[in-house]
Amino acid sequence: MPLLSGVTFSIHPGQALILRGPNGAGKTTLLRVLAGLQPPLAGAITGPEIAYASHSDGIKSTLTVTENLRFWASVFGSSDIAPALEAYHLTALQSRAAGNLSAGQKRRLGLARMQLSGAALWLMDEPTVSLDGEAVGWFSAAVRAHLGKGGLALIATHIELGLDAEILDIRNYRAKPELAGSSDEAFL
Amino acid sequence: MRALLLRDLKLAFRAGGGFGLGLAFFLIVVTLVPFSVGPQGALLSRIAAGVLWLGALLACLLSLDRLLALDWEDGSLDLLATSPVPLEAVLSVKALAHWLTTGLPLVLAAPFFGVLLNLPEPGYLWLFASLCVGTPALSVIGAFGAALTVGLKRGGLLLSLLVLPLYVPTLIFGAEVARRGSEGLSVSAPLMMLAGITLASLALMPFAAGAALRMNLR
Repeated sequence: MPLLSGVTFSIHPGQALILRGPNGAGKTTLLRVLAGLQPPLAGAITGPEIAYASHSDGIKSTLTVTENLRFWASVFGSSDIAPALEAYHLTALQSRAAGNLSAGQKRRLGLARMQLSGAALWLMDEPTVSLDGEAVGWFSAAVRAHLGKGGLALIATHIELGLDAEILDIRNYRAKPELAGSSDEAFL
Repeated sequence: MRALLLRDLKLAFRAGGGFGLGLAFFLIVVTLVPFSVGPQGALLSRIAAGVLWLGALLACLLSLDRLLALDWEDGSLDLLATSPVPLEAVLSVKALAHWLTTGLPLVLAAPFFGVLLNLPEPGYLWLFASLCVGTPALSVIGAFGAALTVGLKRGGLLLSLLVLPLYVPTLIFGAEVARRGSEGLSVSAPLMMLAGITLASLALMPFAAGAALRMNLR
């Protein structure tokens, strides 16, 4: 069953797009399709290299902050994790086991991973959940730095990030349910 | 790739990683057998090769549901699937890490456990060789099973039901090598069959597992 149809948007290098919409509107689905985790009902996904930040951060609790980041750095083929640690003020926590971090600190660690990806397009699903006001500021700064280098970002969020970005409300693109008498009716 | 292998090994050796569980289980199974069949040296040495192979196989099975489940729970699997590393490579590396932390210790310990079952003397070499050749197949077939069942609640049981039938050829030829070896017969035919099964599994299973995992990540 289609969830979204006719969604049209364009992002150019150096720009971000904010996805808005009520819970269940399809923000996560759209991001997962673009990330290649879910196949679209029709067509195919092609495009630049992406980095995806989902609801969960993929953090191993028995590894330290540095070990977690080093791992993702080598997956993405980058070597220097210091800038990512600094951007989210994790330097002081770097030898702490990730399991002992608070929810907000874990999220910061998860977001620091995006910095290491070297991907042009960042797809982020509610990146600011459990971040405090200050950390949201660090996050906005990191996104701005990424955009400044010609990157792109597609961010599903409910809060104001202070980014100069267009807003797309996907509630307007909800796929219409099929008309009565369609084949689905028999199974309801 | 190397980073993923090192991370998985590190996780296995850290607290709660489950390293040694399979080995301990293997030891217990092997110790229980003389209790259940009685202290008859001749009978034990006849069944030793088969029991050791079955024990190693069950010990291997025990740790399979951890192969992907932990990465699924914390979201790493989604992130790995969207990373530039191909999913098939991720699964091959995970199977290799599983073999290094579960299969290899079993292979190394099996000759010592053979003493407990009065394994005849020429059998030690062939038991070791057959496990060396056969256990990698157990890990890659297991990775396929884990990819099929990842994300299911209490998928561990279903995983065993799916994987055990696929283990049958490896068990038949692996135990046959060990048995014929311990009786001093020629082992070349079953050993070649075993090697063939392992090589075919190594070649095909990562792709099957990749396809299954892609389906499960939707």
